[in-house]
Amino acid sequence: MKIEKIIPLLKAKIVCGERRINDEICNVFSSDLMSDVLTLDSENILLLTGLANVQTIRTAEMAEIHYIVFVRNKKATEEIIQLAEEHEMVILESPFSMFKASGILYANGLNPLF
Amino acid sequence: MIELKFHISGGDFDTAGTASSETKKILKQLNIDSKVIKRTVVALYEGEVNIAAHAWKGEVAVTVKDHQIVALLKDEGPGIADINMAMLEGFSTASPKVREMGFGAGMGLPNMKKNADLLEVESTPGVGTTVRMSFDF
Ligand SMILES: Nc1ncnc2c1ncn2[C@@H]1O[C@H](COP(=O)(O)OP(=O)(O)OP(=O)(O)O)[C@@H](O)[C@H]1O
Ligand SMILES: [Mg+2]
Repeated sequence: MKIEKIIPLLKAKIVCGERRINDEICNVFSSDLMSDVLTLDSENILLLTGLANVQTIRTAEMAEIHYIVFVRNKKATEEIIQLAEEHEMVILESPFSMFKASGILYANGLNPLF
Repeated sequence: MIELKFHISGGDFDTAGTASSETKKILKQLNIDSKVIKRTVVALYEGEVNIAAHAWKGEVAVTVKDHQIVALLKDEGPGIADINMAMLEGFSTASPKVREMGFGAGMGLPNMKKNADLLEVESTPGVGTTVRMSFDF
C-alpha cells in the first residue's frame, strides 16, 4: 500500500518525507519498545509508535526503517524532523491510538511481521 | 585500516547514537555490504545506549580492517556484577528514565551477541565495563 493511501486511513498528517509519498509499504510493526525494534530482521517496514523522541529516529536509522507513524497525537519536534529528513524518512502523525491505527492497517491488508 | 573514535556521556539521551550514526556513514562510503553495516550499527548502537543508560562515561573505538570491523566500547561506570545474568534476555536494571526513552527491556546484550560474530564482555564492579565485538565480512 502506498503511503499516500495510508495517510487518509489514519487521518494522519505528513510532517516530513513528502517526496516518498508513493513508496509502497507491505509490513507493519507496532511498538513503543526500541529494544524490540532493534531486533527486527525485516527491512522496509512501517513502524507505528507512541514514542516520539530522538532515539526513535536513531533506532529507525540503525534498523533501516524509513517510515514512521507517531500515534495518539505525539508530535515530531523540530529536532526529530531535522534528523528524520537527514535520513530521508517519512513521518506521519495520527490522532488514533496504537490499537486503532494497527487495526485499520491490518484490516486493509497490510502484513504483520510475526 | 580506518580507526574511528567517539566519546559517550552517561545519561545523555540526546546525543546517544551519534557514534553509531557516524560509523554507519563511513561504512557506507567504504561500500561495505549493507547487511554487515546493519549488523554492526545495530550492535554498536545497543552498546552506545548501554553506556548512556548504565554508565558514567565511555569511549568507543571502531576499527575497519580488510575483512573485519572491530568495535571496542570502554566505559567508567558501576560495572556488571553478574555478566551471565546480564546476557539473559529480559534481565535489566534500567532506571525509569531509561524505560521512558524506549529502552530497558534487557534485550540489548543478547541482540549484540546475535549481530556480532564475536562478543566479549569484561567488567569490574564499581570501575567499569569493556565490550569488544567483531563483525566479519
Ligand atoms: N555498560 C554497562 N555498564 C553497566 N551495566 C551494564 C552495561 N551494559 C549492560 N549493563 C547491565 O546489563 C543489563 C542488561 O543489559 P541489556 O543491554 O541486555 O539490557 P538493558 O540495557 O537493560 O535494556 P535494553 O538493552 O533492552 O534497552 C543492564 O540492565 C545493566 O544492568
Ligand atoms: Mg541495553
